[in-house]
Amino acid sequence: MFNQFFQPSDIIAIYPQLLLALFGLGVLIVDLFLDREWKVLNAFTALVGIGYAAYALFRIRNFNVTAYNGAIVNDSFSVFFQFVFLIATALVIFISARYLTIEGEHRGDYYALILFSLIGMDFMVMGMDLITLYIALELMAVSEYILVGYLRSNRQSNEAAMKFFLLGAFSSGILLYGISLLYGLCGSTDLRVIGQRLAERPVHDPLAMIALITLAAGLLFKVAGVPFHQWLPDAYEGAPSSITTFISVAPKFASFALILRILFVALRPLQIEWTPLLIVVCVLTMTLGNITAISQSNIKRLLAYSSIAHAGYLMLGIIAANEYGITGIAIYFLVYTFMNIGAWTVVVAMRRKDMIGDQISEMSGMIHKNPAAATLMLIFMLSLAGIPPTAGFIGKYYLFAAVIQSQHYLLAVIAVLNAAISLYYYMRVVVVMFMNEKTDEEKMTLSPGVVTVLAVTCVFTLLIGVYPQPFIHFAQSSLALFQ
Amino acid sequence: MEFFRQHILSITAYTPLVGAFLLMFFNKESKNAIRWVANIFGFLGLIVSLPLWFWYDRADGGFQFIERHEWIRAIGASYIFGADGISVLLILLTTVLGAIAILSSWTAIQNRVKEYYIFLLLLQVGMLGVFCSLDFFLFYVFWEVMLVPMYFLIGVWGSDRRLYSAIKFFLYTLVGSVVMLLGILVLYFHMPEGQRSFDYVQMMTYLHSTPLAGGVARFVWLAFFLGFAIKVPMFPFHTWLPDAHTDAPTAGSVILAGVLLKMGTYGFIRFSLPLLPNESQYFRTMIVVLAIIGIIYGALVAMMQKDWKRLVAYSSVSHLGFVMLGMFCFNPNGLNGSVLQMINHGISTGGLFLIVGLVYERRHTRQISEYSGLSHVMPVYATYFMIIMLSSLGLPLLNGFIGEFTILQGAFQASHVWAAFAVIGIILGAAYLLWLYQRTMFGEVTNEKNKNLKDLNFREVATLFPLVVLAVWIGVYPRPFFRILEKPVNRIVATVQPDKFQLDAMGNLVTPQNKTVTPTAPVASDPAITPSPTASSATRPEKK
Repeated sequence: MFNQFFQPSDIIAIYPQLLLALFGLGVLIVDLFLDREWKVLNAFTALVGIGYAAYALFRIRNFNVTAYNGAIVNDSFSVFFQFVFLIATALVIFISARYLTIEGEHRGDYYALILFSLIGMDFMVMGMDLITLYIALELMAVSEYILVGYLRSNRQSNEAAMKFFLLGAFSSGILLYGISLLYGLCGSTDLRVIGQRLAERPVHDPLAMIALITLAAGLLFKVAGVPFHQWLPDAYEGAPSSITTFISVAPKFASFALILRILFVALRPLQIEWTPLLIVVCVLTMTLGNITAISQSNIKRLLAYSSIAHAGYLMLGIIAANEYGITGIAIYFLVYTFMNIGAWTVVVAMRRKDMIGDQISEMSGMIHKNPAAATLMLIFMLSLAGIPPTAGFIGKYYLFAAVIQSQHYLLAVIAVLNAAISLYYYMRVVVVMFMNEKTDEEKMTLSPGVVTVLAVTCVFTLLIGVYPQPFIHFAQSSLALFQ
Repeated sequence: MEFFRQHILSITAYTPLVGAFLLMFFNKESKNAIRWVANIFGFLGLIVSLPLWFWYDRADGGFQFIERHEWIRAIGASYIFGADGISVLLILLTTVLGAIAILSSWTAIQNRVKEYYIFLLLLQVGMLGVFCSLDFFLFYVFWEVMLVPMYFLIGVWGSDRRLYSAIKFFLYTLVGSVVMLLGILVLYFHMPEGQRSFDYVQMMTYLHSTPLAGGVARFVWLAFFLGFAIKVPMFPFHTWLPDAHTDAPTAGSVILAGVLLKMGTYGFIRFSLPLLPNESQYFRTMIVVLAIIGIIYGALVAMMQKDWKRLVAYSSVSHLGFVMLGMFCFNPNGLNGSVLQMINHGISTGGLFLIVGLVYERRHTRQISEYSGLSHVMPVYATYFMIIMLSSLGLPLLNGFIGEFTILQGAFQASHVWAAFAVIGIILGAAYLLWLYQRTMFGEVTNEKNKNLKDLNFREVATLFPLVVLAVWIGVYPRPFFRILEKPVNRIVATVQPDKFQLDAMGNLVTPQNKTVTPTAPVASDPAITPSPTASSATRPEKK
């Protein structure tokens, strides 16, 4: 049964993903037999699947398997990211059930699509081969397009999905063009081989530059780096809030992990070419994200622009290209998962009967109606702004430290000034919640799932801020990228 | 008791935190219970901090009450608390003013009482943490933590343009502190890999043995400067101060003027001077010029204010200019006076803000023109106002005189010109304060509304009385204060001016016989907390 194309270890390497696929399909089948009131069982099924996958991943975490002739590598870098994805996805599923019921679109395919996109993300961090990576990316992206347009009767949701899809497809085309150029240059789609072949080519090779630029454009689109960011605010605003929570976290990390892999494994020889390129994009992304966020009146758009800015901060770690930077990116992902999901969960809870709840003004006087939720939102906002003793500070500390270590002093100054700007709009939300009078009496939708997620995210946001040592240790496993 | 002695700094710093935590469980409607608990914890914080004054070993003069725990091993940040004479004084100032600020809010704050006291107590924790930390990372955490409660105090319980002032305060300070963080990071990465640590003493020892290259060192110094100068605030970074002080509630203004501004000057004296002595020398003229501009400009602007509280706020700019001038004299008199003036300013200006607050609570206006002849209706009030006003303008036998005189002495030793300019500030200071007193207290009661004002009650007197006692104590017998400052100040002076002053074995200053001293300055390192005790003895110059 086994031959040169197929080893037993191959199955072990992708065991968690197999489980996820199984449960994803299972959700679709179980859904057929469920009445409208019992749709919440779909969420349970999906959570059980995630639990199993997490267990399987835990068992194979130290195996360091290379499978499918090197197309897939399950090193500690990818294991770290898979854990983060699982945490993020589980949290999102917790907040989805009640929200979808209120929206009137509670069906099983929602959870199945989330699991499928999770599989795509897993392969994006495990892949070592451009073709594998591209397929994984598309699996993730296609699931996302559908999920963004999940509210069928909502025009905004449809419009968002359409924009997202068209621009996404366009960028995938550019990405493929870059891949084909690289293949033409190096005669292989294996990242490691590409790295070796590129090192043999002369410096400032124009062909390699074109390949680099097209690849970078395609990848930067996925993380919404300026000038490829226009899709993001619309998609975030139009998508169901629970899905926005999801795509603002996990898929973004997956794309970043992909960028890290490609830049540090395949395009390492071109580092002097891509560093200045990224510096420009990084400065633009941070600055534009933060400055545009200031004038937003819609909380979803505000958080959308803030997430653009955060993508800019993350690029600092890539530019620094040292241990501090890579650890910083990893720790930032962990931190960002908790604080961003926390903030979005508050937005999800704002969706009440007959109220969209996505205007900042609708948060007026939240401290009087839901003091606990308002206090938690304060913590998340401070964390996003990077004020100690919240987790956000530890994340920012690492990234700023990385650029100082690589002696990009001017870039560091621009970055910290951006962090100061960002405080202004995060505080605007706080002002509305704490200092304005309440305008309506409608309480927030605090379902058990939402409460759980708020509790978990808040505890970790504070815990990582006060005692980050174990989390840093966990994040340092991502340094396998360098080995 | 032994436990208390070893952990006194942590206990002092976290007593308010316990109070804030307990308050969370109170029903927000039971306002009096909340006030009692807050006051008890404010007072308790003061009580537990008092032993610092008695237990601090003045003959040794190094960092004492050290607590050290591992914290974030991956980046070499530890939890290190410790205090020398300078910090001890500032910690005591913080606990005194903190207790007074809490007491002064009893009737002034009527809405959202619970949150108010929670934020006030949290603010206290942040400020105490700043003065206790001997680890740069920990210092930075506390430095930023305290911004949030202050922001809320101004933003929720302030007056007029409170939102504008609150965010202005927050953003200004944050810009300074994030740039300062970059400076800290440059120092951190200057240390060799494997030894990197945020430990203050370790960092200083290393920096003195292997100084940074000139350009980078200046960048670091300027980064620190931005962080601290905004906090002080020095001209031209002072524009947040009048807004924040004016719009903050009374207790907020007291804390802001009394303690928060001292964090900036403390930063200079604790970090900029000892860590980067050469750069401090390099930028000395700039600082002195800015300080003198601040002294005169602050006083002139204060004179023209129509708003009582704004006047006091601008007087802070002027007084803090004195503190900076004294510090950058780089001689024992200047530095002693500078630190003492920090304390004095906390007492006098804190008192002045209380005075404004008391009358604001009665009349809800701060326009000076609204008041006249108050001494007829409120004699006790007028008396306290007079003592505090005189202490602020530097009348002999009160605290302000001692501080300003010592600073001027130091300035005179450093340069006659500096002293001459600074004296102008003192004259102007007398002018605006006396004029304020004359306009509000003397004359006939012209405004009908002022005719029936109640004089101070017992609680209000209790907030002012301790300040007056301290003012008189420092004014009449300042020796204990100079005594506790002597050794720590000597170390700093010897670090910054190694060619003029050196330490002998007892920690006293001597003039070096040999003019060609080694460039490595004597290190104020304490063997008790330095992992490598050899460093301090190796770099300390031979005593004559």
